[in-house]
Amino acid sequence: MTEHFPALLVILPLLAAVLIPFSPAAVKRSAWHISFASAAASLALAARLAWEAFALGKVSYWFGGWAPPWGIEYSIDPLGALLLLLTAFVTCAALSYSRAAAPAELAAERLPYFYSCMLLFTSGLTGIIITGDIFNLYVFIEIASLAGYALIAAGRRREALVASYNYLILGTIAATFILLGIGYLYMAAGTLNMADLRERLPQVYHTKTVLTGFAFLVVGLSIKTALFPLHIWLPDAYTHAPSPVSALLAATGTKVGIYAMIRVIFTVFKPEFNPSTVPMTVILAGLACAGIIYGALVALAQTNIKRLLAYSSVSQIGYIILGAAISNQTAMTGSLLHIINHALMKASLFMCAGIILMSTGAEKTGDLKGLGRRMPLTMAAFTAAACSLAGLPLTAGFISKWHLALGAVEAGLWLVVPVILAGSLLTAVYFWKIIEPAYFSPAGERRPVRPEAPAGMLAPAVLLAALGVALGLAAHFPALGAGRAAALLLGNP
Amino acid sequence: MIELIAGKYNYWIYICLMMIGFYAIIAKGNLIKKIIGINIFQSAVFLFYISISKVRGGTAPILWENAVLYDNPLPHVLILTAIVVSVSTTALALALVIRIRKEFGAMEEDRIAKLRSDGP
Amino acid sequence: MSGRGCGGNLIIKTVSGFLIPFIQLFALYLAAHGDLGPGGGFQGGTIFAASLILYAIVFGLDEGREKVYEKAAGVMAAAGVLVFGGIGLLCMAAGGSFLQYSALLPGDVKTAYHLGIYGVEIGVGLAVAGALLLLFMKTAGSRDD
Repeated sequence: MTEHFPALLVILPLLAAVLIPFSPAAVKRSAWHISFASAAASLALAARLAWEAFALGKVSYWFGGWAPPWGIEYSIDPLGALLLLLTAFVTCAALSYSRAAAPAELAAERLPYFYSCMLLFTSGLTGIIITGDIFNLYVFIEIASLAGYALIAAGRRREALVASYNYLILGTIAATFILLGIGYLYMAAGTLNMADLRERLPQVYHTKTVLTGFAFLVVGLSIKTALFPLHIWLPDAYTHAPSPVSALLAATGTKVGIYAMIRVIFTVFKPEFNPSTVPMTVILAGLACAGIIYGALVALAQTNIKRLLAYSSVSQIGYIILGAAISNQTAMTGSLLHIINHALMKASLFMCAGIILMSTGAEKTGDLKGLGRRMPLTMAAFTAAACSLAGLPLTAGFISKWHLALGAVEAGLWLVVPVILAGSLLTAVYFWKIIEPAYFSPAGERRPVRPEAPAGMLAPAVLLAALGVALGLAAHFPALGAGRAAALLLGNP
Repeated sequence: MIELIAGKYNYWIYICLMMIGFYAIIAKGNLIKKIIGINIFQSAVFLFYISISKVRGGTAPILWENAVLYDNPLPHVLILTAIVVSVSTTALALALVIRIRKEFGAMEEDRIAKLRSDGP
Repeated sequence: MSGRGCGGNLIIKTVSGFLIPFIQLFALYLAAHGDLGPGGGFQGGTIFAASLILYAIVFGLDEGREKVYEKAAGVMAAAGVLVFGGIGLLCMAAGGSFLQYSALLPGDVKTAYHLGIYGVEIGVGLAVAGALLLLFMKTAGSRDD
């Protein structure tokens, strides 16, 4: 049975998602239970598959029994296994958080459709991570994106609709560019399987067809991952979405987009493609550095908590792409570690912001005075997650930024190191804007305060933040896994 | 020069259509016109895919006794999937526009920007 | 969209009333012949939904028919996806990969493929028709005031 797990990982959330909205009312009332059961089952399947992928090196599944260059193949290597585990874990956390959070932010009759869309989003993300066929990648990108647009539009305010519409327009342009890129690559090589493309493309690397296809693919995927100049959709979308959706999207949506970009640049195109024909590393590194500084500076100026976190995401995504662009072993390990770190910490931060919103109605940084005393656990989780993102020692963020800086030094890119350090400093400063009034100001009694949030909402936020500290102290384990995945990507045995 | 234009006319057509659609998305302020622009943009990409599947001297990719050479059926299959995706996206976009119209009372980008409560 | 349809125009009502069953027959033909010629589940489902939408446009969107279509459309859409997934899982249970039709009838591979693809196309057609009908009913039936 275990050999069917790749297919089950994608199919089970899909079938559960369809089952919920069109059932009798009794099933609709238990929509949360069905979706959480599906997410927990996915986590178990993902854990088993990840263990197998790390043990065997690669897990492969042929759809319909057709052998790879003709059929669709699902292949999971250590990098995919890492992301799979991360996505399944964050989905479980976000779903358990939304048990109390979703009814507070959405109308009751919309809840079954909300959970159905969350399951569709999960199914799409899982498909992106484990597929080995490049057109299948496009289909799953669109499934995940469409579910994402619907989820964002479920926000409380009417601005959520406009944010979702803008994200839809930009996301569809991006997906169409990806489709174009796939078309050019198919024209040049005649196959759609990623491993087969890796074999066949080197003979045609110098032709304009492959260069154009590569350009379209990278631009399309950059819009999806919100790389610096193409990040416009992100602040509005994350600010106005409901809190569980912000947590899930910020943690998984862009990371899976980065995973797709890394797959295209390093698995479909060999690393030798980059220096010989197009200075891809230089361009991506430059844009990433600009994104780090820009995101951090604009986050400094924000007064809305969720908007600040959204611009912080733009900045941290710059770090991840920087590591991938420098593309030596250390920097790539740092990039993968930062994917894990940012996903867990951003989910925790958005969950804390949602708890603060639900308990006190506070949305601006100015309304947080004295919250550290009245909501101790929430602010403790927020502070721990913020320290990890800023890269303070003893947290997972320190390990990933250390690897990034070391990788930059090893590659001789001395200009990048001050950018990394400046970004960390700015991160600490803009998080201080939130932590300072919470702990060091006398309480302002303008808003009625409910007691500390229900355990179902608090537990995932605290757990994720605690993981940040734990992964920083026990850094050997994730570094080993990330190092192995990075080595496989770069072609070092 | 003639070879560049006449020999590759399918690429010229698809590029012109794509740029028309792209211009509509960027330059038009009405939300529905943007959706129409996206449709034109995606239709251009479909034309591109179908045009590269043509084999010189091949018949349609349907099983037939008198056929010697077939066109490549794979891009046709890819475009079927892409058309379904395009229809779903258009449906979602139109549903969003209907709700935006109900909430804001406007369908123009600049008027909605003025009506937003968190500033432009 | 008025509840009275096209104002009772006799020509439109007669012609569409005559054509709609043929349109539906054509839709079923397209859905069933997907593996041998042009067509397939998506095309058949779309044309089936189009025939019912034509009916609603011409003859009026009364509340009664709207209620029937809406519930039935939702169930149809879900049933289609479940049929598709169900056939795939059936192939898995019979020993092959997901959607490996040859596992269903180990002796006769050609018939197994034919039946498998046929079932999957029916599932896709149901899902597409249901989804399009649901979309139409939700957007057209809302009272915009």
